[in-house]
Amino acid sequence: MSGSAEVIAGVLIFLGTLICLISAIGLVRLPDVYTRSHAASKSSTVGVLFILIGTLLYFVISEGYFSIRLILGILFVFLTAPVAAHVICRAAYRAEVPLTENSAEDELKDYMKGDSPSVK
Amino acid sequence: MFEILMILSLIILTLAILLNIYRVIKGPSSADRVQALDSIGINLIAGIAIFSVYLDTHAFFELILLIGILSFVGTIAFARFIERGVVIERKR
Repeated sequence: MSGSAEVIAGVLIFLGTLICLISAIGLVRLPDVYTRSHAASKSSTVGVLFILIGTLLYFVISEGYFSIRLILGILFVFLTAPVAAHVICRAAYRAEVPLTENSAEDELKDYMKGDSPSVK
Repeated sequence: MFEILMILSLIILTLAILLNIYRVIKGPSSADRVQALDSIGINLIAGIAIFSVYLDTHAFFELILLIGILSFVGTIAFARFIERGVVIERKR
């Protein structure tokens, strides 16, 4: 009984840490703010969800303890990490952080320059 | 075996946090630094979860929720500061 808990939790937690490491490597290697935010927000969210679900399953299977605080933590991370990345990207764009050189086209620039006061 | 796997996961997570710290130090704009600090907060949540599995206790689950909330609030505050120059706007 406890062996299956260790197998399931071990696999999920190890996969989650590997995804977190991939996210950090993307954060180092990618060229500008927006691509780095893309790497950091999505994959580290998925990594931490893997780890938290592994933790939850470990305690559910091994001792039958269903933690509602861990469920709340999972929901909170899942809801807030993409929102935080969105807000940071918007702040970076409005502070006029440049895109990388080989990006093809900046479609938002025409839209922000046009006569639409609702987005400015 | 399971303890060794948990220690290995913690070591990999430490490596990820070190790479994030490299981005915090070197990042050209301040949005990079805020993004990397947010990512460090998320990785800390993961580290606490792994550590509570390793110690086989459920006394640390409040910390997961608490660091999640604090990291989100701090990120939003810094983003508003970068965007507008103030964090809390004054009503007229």
